[in-house]
Amino acid sequence: MVFNIELPHVGESVTEAVIGKWLKAPGDQIEKYDPLVEVVTDKVNMDVPSPASGTLTKIIAIEGETVAMGSVIAEMETADGEVSDTGDTPANAESAQTPASPSPLASRIGTMVQGANVGPTGGEFVDTSLNAAKPADSGVQNTSGQKVASSGKQKGFSPVVTRLAAQHGIDLNSLVGTGLGGRVTKKDVLTAVESGGTGSTPAPRTAPLAQQVALGEDQVIEPSPIRKMIANHMVKSMSEIPHAWSAIEVDVTGMVEWRTANKDSFERDNGVRLTYLPITLSVVADALRANPRLNSSWLDGNIVLKSAINVGVAVAADGGLVVPVVHGAADSSLVDLAGKLGGVVERARSGSMTLDDVQGGTFTLNNTGALGSVWGGAIINHPQAAILTTEAIVKRPIVISANGVDSVAIRSMMNVCLSFDHRIVDGAEASVFLQSVKSGLEAITLTSDLK
Amino acid sequence: MPEKTVIEAVREAMQAEMRRDDTMIILGEDVGNRGGVFLATDGLIDEFGENRVIDTPLAESSICGVALGAAVNGMRPLAEIQFADFVWPAINQLVGEASKVRYGTNGVKTAPMTIRVPYGGGVRGGLYHSQSIEVLFAHTPGLSVVAPATPYDAKGLLATAVRTDDPVIVLEHKRTYRLVKGEVPDEEYTIPIGKAEIKRPGTDLTIITYGLMLHYSLQAAELAAANGIDVEVLDLRTLRPLDADAIAESASRTGKALIVQEDTPAVSIGSEVSAIIGERCFFDLDGPIMRLGPPELPPMPFSPIQEAEFMPSPEKILAAIIKLAEI
Repeated sequence: MVFNIELPHVGESVTEAVIGKWLKAPGDQIEKYDPLVEVVTDKVNMDVPSPASGTLTKIIAIEGETVAMGSVIAEMETADGEVSDTGDTPANAESAQTPASPSPLASRIGTMVQGANVGPTGGEFVDTSLNAAKPADSGVQNTSGQKVASSGKQKGFSPVVTRLAAQHGIDLNSLVGTGLGGRVTKKDVLTAVESGGTGSTPAPRTAPLAQQVALGEDQVIEPSPIRKMIANHMVKSMSEIPHAWSAIEVDVTGMVEWRTANKDSFERDNGVRLTYLPITLSVVADALRANPRLNSSWLDGNIVLKSAINVGVAVAADGGLVVPVVHGAADSSLVDLAGKLGGVVERARSGSMTLDDVQGGTFTLNNTGALGSVWGGAIINHPQAAILTTEAIVKRPIVISANGVDSVAIRSMMNVCLSFDHRIVDGAEASVFLQSVKSGLEAITLTSDLK
Repeated sequence: MPEKTVIEAVREAMQAEMRRDDTMIILGEDVGNRGGVFLATDGLIDEFGENRVIDTPLAESSICGVALGAAVNGMRPLAEIQFADFVWPAINQLVGEASKVRYGTNGVKTAPMTIRVPYGGGVRGGLYHSQSIEVLFAHTPGLSVVAPATPYDAKGLLATAVRTDDPVIVLEHKRTYRLVKGEVPDEEYTIPIGKAEIKRPGTDLTIITYGLMLHYSLQAAELAAANGIDVEVLDLRTLRPLDADAIAESASRTGKALIVQEDTPAVSIGSEVSAIIGERCFFDLDGPIMRLGPPELPPMPFSPIQEAEFMPSPEKILAAIIKLAEI
């Protein structure tokens, strides 16, 4: 008979595994407990033993595939009745073939009890006495098997609650419980007794934060929707992306000289202000084109290299940080970039950004230097691969080596800091990217012909 | 007050009782020249000689049989079973015979004997050096079973055990021997058998426990306090007779009881404590009586990872506390 081989459960918190090398091929005769296939989970790497003896007929989950615990990974042909030790009854044999539910054998092979509690039955801490009071149940099963909608009221009162209520003449149905699932606890009844009322609402176990703090001198501010969104986004980014950081020093003396020389004419000719931002943006866009891994996303276990280079620019608006996006950054001239930047920054500050302005970013540039910062470890703008900060330009004495002679010169220096997703790139690639940015910026001199 | 370990307290109690009572003898495997495998009897042979501190063959049935014979004939023997795991051959002498002497002779004879039994796990001892054996003795009328968990209780209860005219099994958790240090007076004192003690007062729920689990429970109670849950910890100290009054008083007062034990839960001390609470506290209960113990497996596993999984821990106890508190 055909027997489905399932991926055994290897632990409570592990839900899926990556199929490694198959150690048997279709057609192979296999004995029960023979290692069949290597699997890799975030917890363990292990060989899955064959749950029965027979012939492997079909491999369903191929190497590299990620499969859920309990799903069918292969089929084998076994002699009738030789399914498993406990699989003699037709019912068991049948359920063993149902892919959705793990076979008794599979769970016997694979399960190690995890979790905080162990209890009377040897498995997880199962105290059935508690299940009756579980709030998660949306309804209870009555004897006829129909679901009864939970009214939100508790299903029973504990002995002490009943006794105290009777003693003090408290109407239990009028109380709001603070226990599990709204259960009226002993404390709730005692609170009601103390407050002298039958219908009084006992104080919740924990007073609301605002109430607690109001007693002291601290101030509680309800965050604005945008603040909450930023908060959620930062938490998501920081908790999902393994950040790594790198920074590099750039001599931007040439760029400063070029801008000083061309600022007025640029503004006169093009009607846009010339800041350092479009210049660095242009260099960064080129560097991204040369280093496509920095312009990517970690998506469902894959690295997606983005075809467009759309650079978000962090802007401090009134309500909080916003990141308007300059689309097609690598294909734009300096004039275009300055124009686009001026537009989105203006719309960001005035709160009139379009949907297009905030969508499709593939990388983020953060010009923290305008605020005097000289170093930063920025949080990546999820789901991008990296974020670059350009820090304050400061004049510093720098050792310059020319023709074998060291001398000290006053140069305009700028730190460039990169935070990158270490799942996607390693430090070496990050450094190559930073070097691209550095060489791009340092190549600018007074005589450069930037367009 | 000087600080002592459990093993020092045990040694001090034996030394004091040996000095106090000339009819007392100590016997067991390696208790003499070697000073005991845990060094509980270290130095006693030098002071009291080999007629009173007796190295025996590796035969627990003989050790307890000899002790029983000496006891009914006017001596006051203290036998050491090297590890609780090896006590099984002596079961007939203890459960089958010693427990029945007073009743069987209509009070003409008694068996004033003490059996010290290092028990319990969490010491990487594996199958044969980790067992919890308390239930079989605690089930037996005619025996007293004490399980002190602190140095103070160890000294006081051992002194009481020696002075008791009937057999007393003294269970010493071997992990506590050098792990737990506490204040112990140099002077003699006794602690009554059958009296539990509240080791930490609290209002929200009661943990009832004994042995090593007392210390884990106290740790968990501190962690729970940080979560705003005020846990009372009742140390049983004596497993037979159980202090039903103390158990019922505490459980009634807090309305919630969690029993924590290292022994497997089925038909155990926890079962009995649970029954006492059910019988005596029903109208004061505000939650189900809960038990926390290891899985129902034959041995304490040897693998450190599996041993840690098997043993209750402060973290596991805390999880159970929170669960019960939130009901």
